[in-house]
Amino acid sequence: MKETLLLTKHMRENPEDSHLIDSYEKNGGYETARRTLINGSPENVLEEIKASNIRGRGGAGFPTGVKWGFLAENEDRYLVINADESEPGTFKDRILLERDPHQLIEGIIITCFAANIKNAFIYIRGEYAKPARRVQDAVEQAYQKGYLGKNIFNSEMNLDLVVHLGAGAYICGEETALLNSLEGRRGEPRLKPPYFPAVKGLYMKPTLVNNVETISSVPWIVENTGKEYNKLGVEGSTGTRIFSLSGHVNNPGNYEIEMGSSFGEFVESLGNGIRNNKKVKAYIPGGASAPWFRGDQLDIKMTIDDVANNNSMLGSGAVVMMDEDTNLVNAAKSIVSFFAHESCGQCTPCREGTTWLEMILDRVASGRGRASDIDLLLDVCDNISPGLSWPPKMTTICPLGPSAVSPITSLMNDFREEVESLIPTKVLL
Amino acid sequence: MSWNDSMIKQAKKIIKMYPQKRSAIGPLLHLAQSKDGYISDDSIAVISELVGITEVQVKSVSTFYSMYKQEPTGKYLLSVCKSISCEINNSKEIIDVVKDFTGLNNNETDENDLFTFEAVECIGACGGAPAMQINYETVEGLSSENTIKLCEWLKEEQPDVIIAEEMQDNFGGTKSFDWAIKDQSGTTGSVPGFQTFNTTKEKK
Repeated sequence: MKETLLLTKHMRENPEDSHLIDSYEKNGGYETARRTLINGSPENVLEEIKASNIRGRGGAGFPTGVKWGFLAENEDRYLVINADESEPGTFKDRILLERDPHQLIEGIIITCFAANIKNAFIYIRGEYAKPARRVQDAVEQAYQKGYLGKNIFNSEMNLDLVVHLGAGAYICGEETALLNSLEGRRGEPRLKPPYFPAVKGLYMKPTLVNNVETISSVPWIVENTGKEYNKLGVEGSTGTRIFSLSGHVNNPGNYEIEMGSSFGEFVESLGNGIRNNKKVKAYIPGGASAPWFRGDQLDIKMTIDDVANNNSMLGSGAVVMMDEDTNLVNAAKSIVSFFAHESCGQCTPCREGTTWLEMILDRVASGRGRASDIDLLLDVCDNISPGLSWPPKMTTICPLGPSAVSPITSLMNDFREEVESLIPTKVLL
Repeated sequence: MSWNDSMIKQAKKIIKMYPQKRSAIGPLLHLAQSKDGYISDDSIAVISELVGITEVQVKSVSTFYSMYKQEPTGKYLLSVCKSISCEINNSKEIIDVVKDFTGLNNNETDENDLFTFEAVECIGACGGAPAMQINYETVEGLSSENTIKLCEWLKEEQPDVIIAEEMQDNFGGTKSFDWAIKDQSGTTGSVPGFQTFNTTKEKK
């Protein structure tokens, strides 16, 4: 199994200076944007994106061309790049920001040309200080060259780009929470409807919110055509995708591959297998929000639809391998604690539910569990996401609450004995 | 107002970056923290006046986000990750080592105002687990021994600029990916080192 390098090609070939504008331009950078702005048309760009069938790389996997098509008419429209990468297991946007910021900026220029947008923002999580510095330097270099600001490439187009730093809140990766945060408010998700960003987004104006990896793909798609991009990968999951591989593997890291091979192949080949030749007990196919797969399910294909058909999600492309020695109750507790900490507190089922799940799991993990705790955990989960089905039913404004349910249902469906073994059978005095 | 002229000038520059003033609250809170090491009531009042919204609204924003500290922090904010990839790669041990070395529990600051310790959620260093940040600069692939050495180095050298590359070279291990670029800029306080807040510097 081999990588297919589109987004990570420039950084691989120019490791020491891929973040600088001279290096980027020497390798053909900004040429696509220049040609598009001078000779292209917004309609053509949109057509290429639609033809590529690229689906959003942030987690939800919504078709990007369709999203762009929803953007309502208005004099003021905005583009916001979601660089609030915080899903446990995920570190793919970090490499794109740190090592190829100009690719993202070129993608932003082309996107804004296609959508007639004059103001764009990159919302980077506060903990990504180094990536943010690199992006800020890149933005300044682009302004100096006249690639941002007024009359870009001597065309009619004006574009201002601001790098905005968040302050430590996972929930701001949810697009409407991100917009509230960017407006200087608490990062609480908004109700959809009516607050669909494409209609009522930033400052209640039509807004595109796209992930770093999605927009970084735009220059390649426009340069090589959507048709060529569509040939990569498989139907429904076209193009390449950067997977973040972590956990008990020999070679963790970011790997850019065409979607379609199996998780097992991926881990054995690019990940060089599990450390100390251990077996996989369970793995997370798409970030902490995703229900787990068992070690005997490694033949599932890495596509959005295959993973969904097996009742989980490819999400942000974060694959976490857990070997046979892993204490899965502790692993689940870590994930549930994460969501309890990151709940914004607006919706009662999430605010209270995640906190109770954390407390009950904590006592089970430490050997103080009660015989009724398994039923209690499932009952609390059912109050957050009725029916415990996949995709999850919601009692909350956003999917954060239901995400905390994933590790618990995974435990109870596939590893129930492990939980039961921790619960004392005699009454403790 | 009790921010000095250069702070006010910087604040006004930040406000101008946005179509609406209120958007500047986040960056201004980072700026406030770079001044005091936490969000003081005084800063809340200044920001409220600059942006034109009530103090309680600014306060409600500042208490929502975990990076805005409501109590003074030490010179070095030690944030050890405890999320899933770190959890299954022994982050508990790293947390214990840092707690032992500093004598601190979660969210505590020592009496010399040198260290603040916190166990935090995912910092995006999962491929290099276990990992931590010092003043939001990342070190990956930690061992217990190297974590102690890192803490000793901070205590003895007390560097004014914290640089990820320097720490990674001396105390780190497996990385999430090849960092490749030998950057020598870092942060000057227990805040993200970022141009907009004047909190980043190159090493001399």
